[in-house]
Amino acid sequence: MNLTLKIWRQKNANDKGKMVDYPISDVSPDMSFLEMLDVLNESLVEKGEEPVAFDHDCREGICGMCSLYINGEAHGPDRGVTTCQLHMRMFNDGDTIYIEPFRAKAFPVIKDLIVDRGAFDRIQHAGGFISVNTSGNTIDANAIPINKEDADTAFEAATCIGCGACVATCKNSSAMLFVGAKVSQFALLPQGKVEATDRVLNMVKQMDEEGFGNCTNTGACEVECPKGISLEHIARMNREYLTASLKG
Amino acid sequence: MALDSKIPKGPLADKWTNHKNNIDLVNPANKRNIDVIVVGTGLAGGSAAATLAELGYNVKAFCFQDSPRRAHSIAAQGGINAAKNYQGDGDSTYRLFYDTVKGGDYRSREANVYRLAEVSANIIDQCVAQGVPFAREYGGLLDNRSFGGVLVSRTFYAAGQTGQQLLLGAYSAMNRQIGRGKIKMYNRHEMLDVVIVDGKARGVIVRNLVTGEIERHSAHAVVLGTGGYGNVFFLSTNAMGSNVTAAWKAHKRGAYFANPCYTQIHPTCIPVSGDHQSKLTLMSESLRNDGRIWVPKKKEDVMAIREGRLKPTQITEENRDYYLERRYPAFGNLVPRDVASRAAKERCDAGFGVNATGEAVYLDFASAIKRYGKEQAHIKGLNENDEALVKQLGQEVVKNKYGNLFQMYEKIVDQNPYETPMMIYPAVHYTMGGVWVDYNLMTTVPGLYCIGEANFSDHGANRLGASALMQGLADGYFVLPYTIGDYLADDIRTGEIPTDTKEFDEAEKQVKDNITHLINNNGSKSVDHFHKRLGKIMWNKCGMARNAKDLESAITEIAELRAEFWKDVKVPGTDLEYNEELAKALRVSDFLELGELFAKDALLREESAGGHFREEYQTQEGEALRKPEFQYVAAWEYKGEPKDAVLHKEDLVYENIKVKERSYK
Repeated sequence: MNLTLKIWRQKNANDKGKMVDYPISDVSPDMSFLEMLDVLNESLVEKGEEPVAFDHDCREGICGMCSLYINGEAHGPDRGVTTCQLHMRMFNDGDTIYIEPFRAKAFPVIKDLIVDRGAFDRIQHAGGFISVNTSGNTIDANAIPINKEDADTAFEAATCIGCGACVATCKNSSAMLFVGAKVSQFALLPQGKVEATDRVLNMVKQMDEEGFGNCTNTGACEVECPKGISLEHIARMNREYLTASLKG
Repeated sequence: MALDSKIPKGPLADKWTNHKNNIDLVNPANKRNIDVIVVGTGLAGGSAAATLAELGYNVKAFCFQDSPRRAHSIAAQGGINAAKNYQGDGDSTYRLFYDTVKGGDYRSREANVYRLAEVSANIIDQCVAQGVPFAREYGGLLDNRSFGGVLVSRTFYAAGQTGQQLLLGAYSAMNRQIGRGKIKMYNRHEMLDVVIVDGKARGVIVRNLVTGEIERHSAHAVVLGTGGYGNVFFLSTNAMGSNVTAAWKAHKRGAYFANPCYTQIHPTCIPVSGDHQSKLTLMSESLRNDGRIWVPKKKEDVMAIREGRLKPTQITEENRDYYLERRYPAFGNLVPRDVASRAAKERCDAGFGVNATGEAVYLDFASAIKRYGKEQAHIKGLNENDEALVKQLGQEVVKNKYGNLFQMYEKIVDQNPYETPMMIYPAVHYTMGGVWVDYNLMTTVPGLYCIGEANFSDHGANRLGASALMQGLADGYFVLPYTIGDYLADDIRTGEIPTDTKEFDEAEKQVKDNITHLINNNGSKSVDHFHKRLGKIMWNKCGMARNAKDLESAITEIAELRAEFWKDVKVPGTDLEYNEELAKALRVSDFLELGELFAKDALLREESAGGHFREEYQTQEGEALRKPEFQYVAAWEYKGEPKDAVLHKEDLVYENIKVKERSYK
């Protein structure tokens, strides 16, 4: 396949940035999207130009490091995948592909397609944990039976990879799906109930301070989430938040 | 220096308890005056950082990713072993110990492995308390499954994302300490050297990957939890950023590097599709619980499949060769990884590979789907003879167990594994070798510790499935936090370590000189060009089957490639900015040294053991031929060029287990 890539280039956080065109030829449909960018970068290095900077690591859809807004969609046109799992067979010969960073006020650009998602970490520091010591002197794992349905739902929430696609795709740049997934995971488990009140209040407070927008229930986040995290977790977080606020 | 493994005296089962009772402790008030650096935030580094901070030490943690949650432990799929014996199927601490030593082909240290088995059960308790959502049965209790090389079900799991869930557990424990200010977290920072002061590890030199600035950080002890070096092969199941740099720099500063040739080639990975390939994807070993591995019996069927004239589903049962079930009836498809990988290579070398490159075998779920479907139909009182219904019900069960893996396969290969068998082939996955450590997990450099995959200690020549997660968390949560106290007890009056000393100056200068050389080199070839060439040498000459002639030529070729790299590599951009090519160049420069030592180690080891298979040393049936005179750990001391490394031997003594031929028949 021969393609035209229109890629966001931005030298650093202070640079204004612009779209730059790159033609690329002989792209195999079996390549992953990032392997296609590897090929482009290899050719740029050979020409003495600076390669396009993008985040990536595991390349199997689990670390959450890769991002990219491709043709106006977080992680591109396929569903249930991260950019590293997106394959070129999703595109056609002659296509023009727009590649941009995940854009949100809370995700400042570091360089080209790389953004700073430190805000997600800081929300977790505020309450994304259960306060047990790691001494191992806890009760036997099977001393707390957990209803399979709750355990499975908690697991589904916990499969969030923290990539930020939900924020990038939301017209309000809301992080409610990300935060809702963590709050929900712990709210569903008996171990998490002890600190439920403080957790939801602290995490939501930090989320607001980071400059994420509000949720207006458009549901775009759920559609673009590579792990298919359900909106029900936002609803559960809202219930938790309401209960916690009333307890105050 | 003589190697002292510091194994405590006394009966095996009492060693760890006695040791804990006799080592020095640091009182809580004094811990506040002690700094510890932890490099790497995977299961080992993350759990260690959290626990040390919780104990009261001031922890500085470093990772090269943008968040500690992205460390490659996250990609571990299948599960974590623990001797809980919840299934009542005969498991015990001793049996887990036995399986691990046997699985490692009698090349691991008894005392370490026993301790690992001993603390394994606690890991599950700990993780459940942290809210890790393991898979459960309908009664609400934890579920288990089985992994290769064992005859019990002791593996705990969370679908195909066990590593993710465990790492997020360790990450949450870290977050609690970061929130309290007890861990200072440095994301997007890469360690480029360790600083030794008066013979002790007292700090690190790191590069801020965003700004390119070089920073000095000091501490009373340094812990490396920096993972394995599988990327020396270029193509592996490791993450793109996984590298040997931290461990290798430690080696160059005096830490011995042990058994570098022990590499695990994992049998079930998605085959290579072309030259553009950047990494290989693992399909969890857990799939071998239900998947059956086969190739056609007849060459003409193989040709027809390769040419697209025949589908695998059209080949009848009697024309299929389920070669693992044929060769190893006792363990069948669940033989250990090294055995399964070599068996796949044997069939493919004999011309039975089922894809265009001839390097693929089938992993087939049709029988499992049928078996589960019938069971479900029976439970629900439906017609067990309705094939379409049975298939549908069976597929639902398989989807519940392995859904994410099947989806991953379909996205990469563009074939539906519920309908047609998966194609798989072995790929580099895990490295059993690593930095030599004693029983306390301390390297040969005082104050420098190494944990998790980065060290060499627990898996011998082959690691069993679901044991890496166990070791990472055991080291980080339950072993290192005790043993490091014994060392730090002498440092309560030391005070903060200054960074404006000649030792820091010297280390920083060396790092900066290397960077300046690379940036100004003005060569003609990219970093990947050299990395791929190194990978080809490693795979062809130090891969699944090795021989003296190939290993000798690998040593020469790698040294030549390294010289060419320093002369002709091209690194665009500058040093004081985000520059991934520069970061890659620094990592590859270390792989180019490690690769040579790897080949030298493989050449020395004139036997076959676990993942190390020398063609000259095999039984008549083609199984690994171990030799008693090689019952030792090869620990290498750095002396300039890798080929000049000096060998130190740690003899392996087995007092509690009888060394015998490792048979899975």
